[in-house]
Amino acid sequence: MELPMVQSTRLDQLRGPVRAKRHNARTIAALTGNPGCDRRAVLDAAGVDKLKLAEQVGFPGSFGQSRFALSRGNAFEAMLKADDCALLREVLAASSELAYQDLGADHDDTLGDRHERTVELLAGARAALVDHPLLTLDVAGQTVYLEPDLIAWAHHGRLQVVEIKSFAIIDDQAESAKVSGAAVQAAVYVLALRQLLERLGRDPALVSHEVVLVCPAGFSLRPAAVVLDVRKQLSTLRRQLSRMASISVLIDALPPGLTFDLSLTPEQLTAALAHVEPRYAPECLSACELSVYCRDEATGSTAALGRTVREALGGIETVGEVLALAEGRREPSEDQAEAAALLRAALRLRSEALS
Amino acid sequence: MSTLTALARAQAVVAARAQPVATVRHLHVHDHPMVLIPLAMAGEANAPLAVMAGTDPARPRLLTVTQPRNRDDRFAFAADLAEILLPYADSFTTDTEDVAIDRGKDVRQRCVDAPQIWVPNPGGVDFLRLFGRYTRFLKTDGEYPVVAAVPLLGRWLTFFANSAEVPGSSLLVNAVQALGLHWVTGQSSAEDAQFGVQLAWIESGAAAAREAEKGPVAGPATDPDFDNRVLAPLIERAAPELPAVLHELLLPTWERMWRALALLRGLPVGERVGQRWDADRDAFTAFSRHLAEGGPPQPRRDGAVAAAARLQRLETAAARYAVQRAFDDPLVLAEYRLTGAAFAGVVTLANPDRVDDSGKRPVLRPRIMVHTTEPVRVEPGTSLTSPARPSQKARVISVNPAGDGWDVLLELSGGMGRKLVAEPGSVPAVGEHLTLTTLTEAYRPGGSLPEPAETPWTHGGPPVVAPAPDAGDPDAAAVPDAGDPAAAAVPETAAVSGDTAGPEAPVTPEAAAGSDDGVSEAAVR
Repeated sequence: MELPMVQSTRLDQLRGPVRAKRHNARTIAALTGNPGCDRRAVLDAAGVDKLKLAEQVGFPGSFGQSRFALSRGNAFEAMLKADDCALLREVLAASSELAYQDLGADHDDTLGDRHERTVELLAGARAALVDHPLLTLDVAGQTVYLEPDLIAWAHHGRLQVVEIKSFAIIDDQAESAKVSGAAVQAAVYVLALRQLLERLGRDPALVSHEVVLVCPAGFSLRPAAVVLDVRKQLSTLRRQLSRMASISVLIDALPPGLTFDLSLTPEQLTAALAHVEPRYAPECLSACELSVYCRDEATGSTAALGRTVREALGGIETVGEVLALAEGRREPSEDQAEAAALLRAALRLRSEALS
Repeated sequence: MSTLTALARAQAVVAARAQPVATVRHLHVHDHPMVLIPLAMAGEANAPLAVMAGTDPARPRLLTVTQPRNRDDRFAFAADLAEILLPYADSFTTDTEDVAIDRGKDVRQRCVDAPQIWVPNPGGVDFLRLFGRYTRFLKTDGEYPVVAAVPLLGRWLTFFANSAEVPGSSLLVNAVQALGLHWVTGQSSAEDAQFGVQLAWIESGAAAAREAEKGPVAGPATDPDFDNRVLAPLIERAAPELPAVLHELLLPTWERMWRALALLRGLPVGERVGQRWDADRDAFTAFSRHLAEGGPPQPRRDGAVAAAARLQRLETAAARYAVQRAFDDPLVLAEYRLTGAAFAGVVTLANPDRVDDSGKRPVLRPRIMVHTTEPVRVEPGTSLTSPARPSQKARVISVNPAGDGWDVLLELSGGMGRKLVAEPGSVPAVGEHLTLTTLTEAYRPGGSLPEPAETPWTHGGPPVVAPAPDAGDPDAAAVPDAGDPAAAAVPETAAVSGDTAGPEAPVTPEAAAGSDDGVSEAAVR
């Protein structure tokens, strides 16, 4: 968006002649989950369809969503929003006079318009429920549009993020992975809303760090609202975003003419991928469409076994090196000396106990 | 992750084959376990889709729910599952043995055997816990009655799921964890959570594991692609071939479960595994008695005192389990040697007849010198134990550098008989190889907790008795808090009320939108 013309052309070139994939809170959460991964940063910035790319290079991942889960989520949301959001108002303890406006319902394809109307509505900051606002966020020096599935709830002069999720809260407990995922996503929205207010010259603190999560309670679809404090997620997110290498630096470093055009052959695409440094960790498997390819590439590295394993092995890069040091086949470098001594002792103890 | 285990993972990568991390089996494997593979419908809170269960590898029984969102189908499924599980659990309640307690002054009864259920993965345990939570409060009368076996099933499932939280308990075992205790693979632990993949690493190696990643899944979650392509069309038209399709889906996992059991049976059993199974049998006996006496179902949430007591039991069990594993298995003990919490050496000097007569009465206090080349990170005054003589304490008198290692002077007490001369063999002799560790099996008394009625205000004060339950809504039922009967602790008479939700849930819609299942069915269709 705000990028200089040259760079936006370069991103188009990286992507090839197809429409760009847009960011959403999930992709940003995943991006900040592994800020050191240049490959993901570049591909996401260029809006490359990573799912198709993974298929092209022969490492398809399964990132589908079950129809059952989708239909339950939709049913839950529809139920909350039926009758002018009667149930949602009830669960939020919001007044029935509160205006409800759905910005997503218009289906115009001009993002700019929708964003402007979002700004207009939120700037008014009257008591209202604003559904499907279109927000923007600065990610690695690039302004990205966010189409969040959220409701901004303006009340008492403050803005609060309301997120509707269909996982169940049973006896005040829910699956921790899902709750933390929802919290990170909500934090992305809070940050985007704050940036928006800031641009409007208003106090960003008007956006509450307490988000409302609306989930089914128990084994039914009866909704319950839970307030989550996302301050911790917000500070993590801010730190990760600031740490992310600027996209323009990364792009400038790429060889000219490099492209991930999906019409290329698998060999050409694999060769292209090799130009962008990945940082694979097992956590990628649940967050990134390209992870199976990167895992294959990372075979033999200690990082592929997980962060804790890598640390327990003294941070040594490859499995081969670990065993060579443990067996004394290789002289440790100065900063490996301590790790090597531990590995030799470990190998001696293992062999002794297994003999 | 210890360096020793991490090294084993590295070795597994290079060997393209799983590597052992234990030399003995650390859990009880039943002669007649029940294997149970649950499958749930995606998205729903806890809608069972199918279960394959049984005690005979050749005869798996498959229960399916043709319309997982239909309450009647779900109730019927629960009744069918109860018909499989309850007779199995009950079959162990009849034969009991006498166990001496209170130093032989009294006896109590204990079932000679207990049931053991195997599920593929931790998700399976969670599924059973939730299904237990769902079924144990269902009513046999009122608007949506169920047969009496259903709430009983719920209480059994809750008992099994609770015991699965106790470290070292083998009443409800998940295969992924059981295998992971004994082998590590050349992939990350996150990837090990796929039971079929993990087993393939152990049985055939890395290449087979990659192949196993293609499925089928071991439940309870289904593959989204399978949902969309196969399952959804079948469920939409209530197809009669659904059971056959699910049978085919679950059968590979069923076979793998029995292979995993056989693999584990092949390992020699650890010495202290029997003790832990005794504790499991005690818990089972106490719970079946609690049921027979008409005790109330487990509460939705423990009260403050019950929760603290439970936490204490879990911590004690975890500590005991860690020590027992180390004492049973030199490979586990090696982890402590690597960190300096244990060291191995040779006895170089021994004075087995040394008597300390400086006190009122003379006492036998032999001293030995142990030479070790391993790092010694203990201070003089520390008490050490040797797994070879667990009842004997060795107090460190001094640690001095000697040659290529250390000379550790130790003073022994206990485990040598009652006379002033040590029983033969009770004092390590010169030349004996010895491992000494700061770990100890000694009993550690827990803190004392107040009666529930005296719960301090810092912990919410004494629990309030909740209002009468709303018959139609199992969720709103107030449930008396009977503590955990398995612990045979002091029964608590408190009740849990909904207002203990804590600060994380300030918004509580008290006005429920219809009954529990009514909403879900109305809205989903």
